[in-house]
Amino acid sequence: MSQPEVGIIDQVVTQEYKYGFTTDIEMETAPMGLSEDTVRFISAKKNEPEWMLAWRLKAYKNWLTMEEPNWQNFPYPKINYQEIIFYAAPKQKIQLDSLDQVDPELLKTFEKLGISLQEQKRLTGVAVDAVFDSVSIATTFKEQLKEKGVIFCSISEAMHEHPELVKKYIGSVVPPTDNYFAALNSAVFSDGSFVYIPKGVRCPMELSTYFRINAENTGQFERTLIIADDDSYVSYLEGCTAPMRDEHQLHAAVVELVAHNNAEIKYSTVQNWYPGDKDGKGGIYNFVTKRGICEGTNAKISWTQVETGSAITWKYPSCILKGDNSTGEFFSVAVTNNAQIADTGTKMIHIGKNTKSRIVSKGISAGKSHNSYRGLVKINKKAEGARNYTQCDSMLIGDKCGAHTFPYIEVNNNTATLEHEASTSKIGEDQIFYCAQRGIGLEEAISLIVNGFCKEVLNQLPMEFAVEAQKLLAVSLEGSVG
Amino acid sequence: MISIKNLHASIEGKSILNGINLDIKPGEVHAIMGPNGAGKSTLSSVLAGRADYTVTAGEVNFMGKDLLELSPEDRAREGMFLAFQYPVEIPGVSSTNFLKTAINEKRKYHGQEPMEATDFLKFMRSKMEEMEMDKSLTSRSLNEGFSGGEKKRNEVFQMAMLEPKFCIMDETDSGLDIDALRLVSAGVNKLRNSERSFLVITHYQRLLDYIVPDFVHVLYKGRIVKSGDASLAKELEVKGYDWIKQEVEAAV
Repeated sequence: MSQPEVGIIDQVVTQEYKYGFTTDIEMETAPMGLSEDTVRFISAKKNEPEWMLAWRLKAYKNWLTMEEPNWQNFPYPKINYQEIIFYAAPKQKIQLDSLDQVDPELLKTFEKLGISLQEQKRLTGVAVDAVFDSVSIATTFKEQLKEKGVIFCSISEAMHEHPELVKKYIGSVVPPTDNYFAALNSAVFSDGSFVYIPKGVRCPMELSTYFRINAENTGQFERTLIIADDDSYVSYLEGCTAPMRDEHQLHAAVVELVAHNNAEIKYSTVQNWYPGDKDGKGGIYNFVTKRGICEGTNAKISWTQVETGSAITWKYPSCILKGDNSTGEFFSVAVTNNAQIADTGTKMIHIGKNTKSRIVSKGISAGKSHNSYRGLVKINKKAEGARNYTQCDSMLIGDKCGAHTFPYIEVNNNTATLEHEASTSKIGEDQIFYCAQRGIGLEEAISLIVNGFCKEVLNQLPMEFAVEAQKLLAVSLEGSVG
Repeated sequence: MISIKNLHASIEGKSILNGINLDIKPGEVHAIMGPNGAGKSTLSSVLAGRADYTVTAGEVNFMGKDLLELSPEDRAREGMFLAFQYPVEIPGVSSTNFLKTAINEKRKYHGQEPMEATDFLKFMRSKMEEMEMDKSLTSRSLNEGFSGGEKKRNEVFQMAMLEPKFCIMDETDSGLDIDALRLVSAGVNKLRNSERSFLVITHYQRLLDYIVPDFVHVLYKGRIVKSGDASLAKELEVKGYDWIKQEVEAAV
């Protein structure tokens, strides 16, 4: 036997990104580039009411005056907004109320991604809105949800069917002036999901949106708005994938959540955009603004995210804890491999009395990637008795990657209780060898160790998705060690 | 079971094993003793396939297979088990999950279907009863926050679960108080049978009062310099290792 000098964990080969295929379908696109005309084009395509167009144009004008942010922990990639297509939709006109009229090519695409839009084939208990490039293809189980008064549809549809709700809430949590990418999204957003849970209703199934970028040179700018009225509950999950392309593609979404008195929103993300190749060529720039407000007393918003894809992930799903006794939670697993970058975390803004927040962040870095946790816990003057618990754990695989932690704390009320714990660990050759000696091979061992490390967060995911997420972690880290 | 011939191994260019010869037949218990630095732990690491060591000469036949050609995981799947001197902690991974993965990986290797979850739990429960393990073990993270004694007992429990053919115990007695030593030894003795072989590596004779070996070998400077039956261990306890060192030096 002559074992090489290098460690055994150096020896794995990279597995290709599983969702990298493209769908060949005739598309209708906006002319490349961004101008006022682009905004008008998108609004016209969606046959939007006048107030919506005015809102978009205002956001666009505002965006023109803004500067790109520069405080992040990675070199800012140059994005040429004149080389992006801001709207791309499959050409066949789709009647949203009938699945039979959906292009079979699109149905096949989603089947291939493991998302069946045929209701009879679905797991019971999960309704899906499928977004392909700039448009929603289909939303399942709408009728069953309607019986309970739950509205689950694309935001384009909501603008026509429920304008009063959209008008009232859009931009109420993330105003168009909030930041550079939120402004851009407000101007050009094309689709996304809309959810309204009426008073006293516990949503009878999991709601989910599956986002797929397909077309070349396009950006995806979706907007999701979820409103949980008094005493209601909803659990929502989003998933995303994209084909392998050499060019970077921009995904700048906005998600707004509003929880009224005693309402609870559980929002889970399994993000698996194309991460680029091992040298960092191609991949999605995932620059997203996600924020929820606990508007009423005893409201609760819980973010769970499993971030494995994207060339750069840059987002901070946050909670504004305005109602007294409201609760915000953030559970995160961010995995970076090869040349990937993640700068993610959360903001917990305590405004109401006795508000509570909990942050559990698990960062796993492999290859030559960089993984940063950045978080703010802010206790306002009037937030009597606020409490926060923060736990940030980093795991390093190999010795060419980096883990960084930037916790910010602002406390303006001395009755607040804050705890912060942090740790950094490394998958060791000792752990790998121990597993091997029990008959567990390298890939299985890494998967076992990483899943153990992330257990607290994975436990937060809805059952149906926890298993998927576990597999995804294993796949994302294949060939990771070096 | 296992036949080691003229085994030489080194780490970072430094030669540690200098020609080990050892034959172990099914059902036999062999003890390896020796002073610090003799190469005892190196021998267990090399047999288990730790990558830090380079085998420079010799051969090892493990039940008809060339052991040195097998990866560490395949050696385990073929029925080799190493009870570690320092079992590692794997946070967040329960013993149940760990053992289930291990057993199913082994089954896969042998072309068998994975064990059904309920069958596995039944199997694990019966083994826990047999080995008198505390129920809390199944849900606790592997070795995390375990006492020294708990870690070693857990190693023996894993041995019971994986049903190996050949077990290496690497200084299992180190860091154990007398009660823990008794418990661990009792566990090992339960697993002794006419098919299963053991290689017990220890610095002290004490362990061999509980796990009585068929053969005792003294390792010094990477070679087996003396072999005998269980009485050799007693002799070493009384006389120490110096007389053996002197014998070896005199013979050179």
